Amino acid sequence: METLAMEKLKELNQKTTRVSGSEALLLSLIAEQVTTIFGYPGGAIMPVYDKLMDFKDSLKHILTRHEQGAVHAAQGFARVSGRTGVCFATSGPGATNLITGIADAYMDSTPIVCITGQVGSHLIGSDAFQETDVVGISMPITKWNYQVTRAEEIPEAIAKAFYIAKSGRPGPVLIDITKDAMLQEMDFVYKPCNYIRSYIPVPLMKEEQLNRAAELINEAKKPLALIGQGVILAGAEKEVLAFLEKTGVPAAFTLLGLSAIPNDHPQHMGMLGMHGHAAPNIKTNDCDLLIGIGMRFDDRVTGKVSKYAKQAKIIHFELDKAEINKIVKVDAYVNGNVKETLPAVTAKLIKNSHKEWIDEFKIIREDEEKRVIKKELYPEGNKISMGEVFRVINEAVNGEAVLVTDVGQHQMMASRYFNFKNTRSWITSGGLGTMGFGLPAAMGAQFGAPEKTIISVSGDGGFQMTMQELGTIAYNRLPIKMIILNNNFLGMVRQWQELFFDERYSSTPISSPDFPVLASAYGIPGEMVKGRNDLKAAIQRMIQTPGAYLLEIKVVNKGNVFPMIPQGAAVNEVLFGDEKPSK
Amino acid sequence: MSNQEFTNYQEYTLTIFSENSIGLLNRITINFTKRKLNIESLTVSESAIKGVFKFTIVIICNHHTVENLVKQLEKQIDVIRAFYLTQDEILHQEIAMYKIETNALLETNEIEHIIRTYNARILEMTKEYTVIEKTGHKAETQELFEKLKPYGVLQFVRSGRVAITRLKQELLSSYLEKLEKQHRPAV
Repeated sequence: METLAMEKLKELNQKTTRVSGSEALLLSLIAEQVTTIFGYPGGAIMPVYDKLMDFKDSLKHILTRHEQGAVHAAQGFARVSGRTGVCFATSGPGATNLITGIADAYMDSTPIVCITGQVGSHLIGSDAFQETDVVGISMPITKWNYQVTRAEEIPEAIAKAFYIAKSGRPGPVLIDITKDAMLQEMDFVYKPCNYIRSYIPVPLMKEEQLNRAAELINEAKKPLALIGQGVILAGAEKEVLAFLEKTGVPAAFTLLGLSAIPNDHPQHMGMLGMHGHAAPNIKTNDCDLLIGIGMRFDDRVTGKVSKYAKQAKIIHFELDKAEINKIVKVDAYVNGNVKETLPAVTAKLIKNSHKEWIDEFKIIREDEEKRVIKKELYPEGNKISMGEVFRVINEAVNGEAVLVTDVGQHQMMASRYFNFKNTRSWITSGGLGTMGFGLPAAMGAQFGAPEKTIISVSGDGGFQMTMQELGTIAYNRLPIKMIILNNNFLGMVRQWQELFFDERYSSTPISSPDFPVLASAYGIPGEMVKGRNDLKAAIQRMIQTPGAYLLEIKVVNKGNVFPMIPQGAAVNEVLFGDEKPSK
Repeated sequence: MSNQEFTNYQEYTLTIFSENSIGLLNRITINFTKRKLNIESLTVSESAIKGVFKFTIVIICNHHTVENLVKQLEKQIDVIRAFYLTQDEILHQEIAMYKIETNALLETNEIEHIIRTYNARILEMTKEYTVIEKTGHKAETQELFEKLKPYGVLQFVRSGRVAITRLKQELLSSYLEKLEKQHRPAV
C-alpha cells in the first residue's frame, strides 16, 4: 500500500528529519504497516491525536465508546487477520480500561500493541492528575511493556513492540509514552527489529525430538491428536491436514483450535473440554497416544489432571517451552513452530489409517446425537433453543461467515453447533472468558476482514456489558449481524446454580431493554423473534439486509449446555443431562 | 507425574542472567507472587559481562514448581537465561555484620576467642560500638549471632546469598556468542 505517508517515511529514512515524538510514533506505526487504530483520546495522549489529523490518508482511527471496546476491537482485528492489532488510550482511567482486554489477549496469545499516554515525565511519581503506573499494572499480563520518557526512544520501542507482539508465541505489548516525549523533537530514523539477544521466539528444531515423536506415532494403535490455536497462529492448517491424512489419526479441537480444519473433515472428531463432544473426551482416557499440537492442556480441556490420559503416552508439539510439562507430564515433546516441526515429523511417518479406532468415536457420537444434539437442534418445546439458532444460521451462511461470540452458554452452543469451514472464522474469548468481548471484537473483525460477513452472537448479559459500541458500529456503518440470544438469565451461571447450588438462582435473572428498539435509537434496523415460525425468515432478513442488523431471539429460559464434564471430574465422566429425571 | 515431584520440598538456588532494564526485578518477582512462593533471599548485581545482571534467588518449593517457574522466568523478554540448582550443586556465601557495644566487649577477654573461632573480623571500632563482619552459610552467621547476643547486639544485618556453581557449565559469554551466530538474521 503506497500511501503519501509511506512515501514520506522513505524520504525521511534517507535523510534525518526533525519530527515530534507524536509524529515519530505515527510514522513508526506506518512503517509497521498499521492502517487501523482503535482508541479513545484524553489529556495525556492529546499530542498524538493532534498529529493524527495530518495522517488521515494512511491511518484510520476508530473512536470506540469505551477503551475496553478499543482493546477488544484490536483483538478481533488481530484474530481475524493475523496482523497485529493496535489501540490507543490516555493515561489513568484510559489505560486501566484496557486491562481486561490485555489480560484476555495474554491468555489467548493475541498479538496487540497498546499505546497509552502518560503524564509528563517531570510529574511521574507525584500522583498527578490521571497518573497511573500502567507499566506496573500491566506487567503480569503483557508479553513485554515499556515506558518511553524521551522522544528519541519511540522508533526503537515501537519496532521492538511489534516484533515481540507478533513473533514466537504472540501476545500483548504495552508502550506507555509520557506527554513531554510526544512533544519533544527528535531525528527520525526507523529500523525494524528482528533480533533481541535475550529472546528466542522460535527454537531450532532438534532431530532427536522429531525422531522420538515419529517413533511413538508410528507405533501407536489408538492415537488421538489434539489441535489448538497454535496451528492457526502458525498458519499451519495445511501442515496439520497433511499430517492427519497421512497418519489417519482422529483429531479433536480445543475451543480456540476450532476452524483450523473444516468440521466436515472425516477425521474431525469434534471439540474437547468441559462442553466439548463426548467422543474425544471419553476417548482421551482410552487412547494409547495423545498428540497435543499447539495447545496447552488447559484445565477446561483436561478435567481432573490426575485422571487424565493415564493409560496413554503423550507427545506435545509446542512452541512455548514453558508450556511443556506444565500441566501434564509428557513422554516426548517437539519444541518449535508447528509449521516447521509437523512436516518434519510427517516425513518420518508411515502411511496409516485408523478406521476401526475412528469407528469407536462414531459410536459415542451417535449416542450423543440421540441424547443431546438432536434435542438441541430440533427441540420439541414451543420455545426456541440456542442450538437450533445455530442450525438455522448454518443453513443461511453455510460456513461462509466469521462467527464472533461473547462468553457463556451461547458461546458453548456456538462452538458445538456452528459449521466451521474456513480458518480464522471463529473469534471468542477462551482463556479469560471475558463477558462483553463479543460486540467490540466483532467490530475489530469487520475492520480486519471488510469483505467477510461478521456475525456477532451474544447473550443478554454480555451484550449489556459493552453495548455502548452500537454507537461505533452505527457511526462507521459496519455491516455487523448482531444476534442476542435472550433467556433473561445469566445462563451459564444459572446452569451451575441449577446443577451444583440447589437451584438457588442468586443474581442470575437479568432484565434487559428492548434491544431492537435500542438499536433503532442508533439507526440500526432490527427485530425480535419470539417463535420458531419466524426464526428462519428473520435470519435470512438479517443476512440479506445491507449494513448492520440486530436480531434479538427469545430462547428457552432454563436451557442447559450438555454434554458436560463437571469441574473436578475426569475427562471421561461425561454428563449427557438425561442421567436422572430432570426436575 | 511422580508424587515426589509435588511433595518433596527443598531449597533451590535460582540463577538468572538478564539485561539491565527498569522494572525487570518486578517482572521477575511477579512470577513468585503469582505462585504464592516466598523469596528466602535475593541478590542482584552486574555479572562478569558488562550490562548483564545476575540475580541469585533462594526459594523453598517442590521440584514441579521450580521447574515451571524457571521456564516462566526464562520466557521474560529481558531474561537471557535462568537455572535452578540444588544445595549440593553450588558453593554459596552470605555476609553478616554485627554491631556490639564496645564496652560490653572490653569487659571480657572473649573477643579474640570469638574472632578466631568464627573466622570473623573487626571492621570498625569506636568508643561506642564495634562492628564485626563474618561471611559463611546462614547457619554459621546465625551461630555467631547467638554467641554475641549476651554482649547485646545493637544491629544485625545479613546479605542475600551469592552462589557459584560446581557444575561444569557453559559460560554465559560463549552462550551469547553462539546465540548471535545462530539467530542473527542476515541484514
